[in-house]
Amino acid sequence: MAKPNPTDRKYTKEHEWALDQGSGVVVMGITDHAQELLTDIVYVELPKVGKKVKQMETVAVVESVKSVSDVYSPVSGEVIEVNGRLENEPELINKDAFGEGWIAKIKMDQPAELNNLMDASGYEALIKETTH
Amino acid sequence: MKKTPLFERHQKLKATMIEFGGWCMPVQYTAVIEEHRATRSAAGIFDICHMGEIEVRGTGARDLLQSVMSRNLDGQETGQMRLSVMPNVRGGIIDDLTVYKLGEEHYMVVTNAVTKDGDWEWIRKAQNEKGFREVTLRDISDATGKIDLQGPQSQVMLQKITLGNLAPLKFYHFMSTEVLGIPSIVSRSGYTGEDGFEIYADSRRIGEIFDALLSTGTPMGLKPVGLGARDTLRIESGMMLYGHEMDETVTPYEVVYGWLVDLTKEFTGCEALRKQKEEGVKKKLVGFEMIDRGIARHGYKVFGNGREIGRVTSGTFAPTLGKAVGFAFVDRTHDSPGAEIGIEIRGQQARARVVPLPFYRRSKT
Repeated sequence: MAKPNPTDRKYTKEHEWALDQGSGVVVMGITDHAQELLTDIVYVELPKVGKKVKQMETVAVVESVKSVSDVYSPVSGEVIEVNGRLENEPELINKDAFGEGWIAKIKMDQPAELNNLMDASGYEALIKETTH
Repeated sequence: MKKTPLFERHQKLKATMIEFGGWCMPVQYTAVIEEHRATRSAAGIFDICHMGEIEVRGTGARDLLQSVMSRNLDGQETGQMRLSVMPNVRGGIIDDLTVYKLGEEHYMVVTNAVTKDGDWEWIRKAQNEKGFREVTLRDISDATGKIDLQGPQSQVMLQKITLGNLAPLKFYHFMSTEVLGIPSIVSRSGYTGEDGFEIYADSRRIGEIFDALLSTGTPMGLKPVGLGARDTLRIESGMMLYGHEMDETVTPYEVVYGWLVDLTKEFTGCEALRKQKEEGVKKKLVGFEMIDRGIARHGYKVFGNGREIGRVTSGTFAPTLGKAVGFAFVDRTHDSPGAEIGIEIRGQQARARVVPLPFYRRSKT
């Protein structure tokens, strides 16, 4: 069973999370439900620092044994930091998707975009809908 | 979608199910790498009920099969199985299959799931055209259940529930015996590169064998394994998959099946294959390992010296080797081990190297 979805952050329908760190920066990653679907992540293609992304544009790629999946940016902005540990320890996402398995930090262009995203209960309702 | 006799068991085991060749099959029970490792270190049990079985029996059965199979079945003894290709008139592969000799003029042909109906039609047509009237063809796929038990501990596990003495059974040989008191065919063979068995029994009772193996084997490390790890296991062991490495446009010489062709006998497709053998092939299936990061997957373009020279047919992360490997068709300019090729992964070329097959070979004791 997937770990509970923390209530301190927002979620996309494509299974990314975004945690507002204040001062216009979010940390983002994929949810525990997403890593359960993928299982066995073996590569993470990280964006370059400085990359500009639009909300719901591809920001990273995760490869599991089974498949390749795009990771979408939950917000528009600039990548200001990436989780370099994932280069050698991609399994961090499997182990701790909401914590040590974070993917990137993004300086938001329009913080109001966070309002387009779901809260934890909305995201859980979405998972229920799609798994039944 | 068709369901195998083990469908409810997969649901109980909470497997993730997918469509494969018209069948609803488990892709994984827990996680691909875990199931892969269990098979290499202890054993894995696989639902293979989706594959097809055709019984060929009666006077002329051997000659009928000889006329459609590239492999020479002369000298095959009762209790032996042989891997073969069934080619079309152009030498293209209709299917790769195993032929079990059950007795004189009595065979069981084991087919891939997606190709079974085509195989049946093809053999039926040959029978009619060549006048093998005494031969009875029976599609016994639905009546036959099949389980693969693969891994170094599989003999110990299976021996606990079968009367047949497994230790003397040689590779690519089989016995007709009882498993759990149920009449079964057990062969020492498989699709993982490990020691192991393929077990055939009445599809109404195959579930009992599945349950018994799981309960005796689990304490020894047995895990149910889905199609995800079945794929990583077969790729590591250099084994091809119909629909990926092979189809009707590909000949045995273009892949690693040249050894299954005997040009000294007559069979459908032999002329095309003789001609190709003389002229040489233009493309060749090779194994490669990635130098750069990334996994090359089915359909990705392959480059050599800046021009497109082929396509990837299968690729994965190989859990036992800890690196990404795969198969690709390439021009003959780049088919030797050591050749460097480029593979386009999401718009960028990643470097890879042609390597000998298999990628993984178990250590035999």
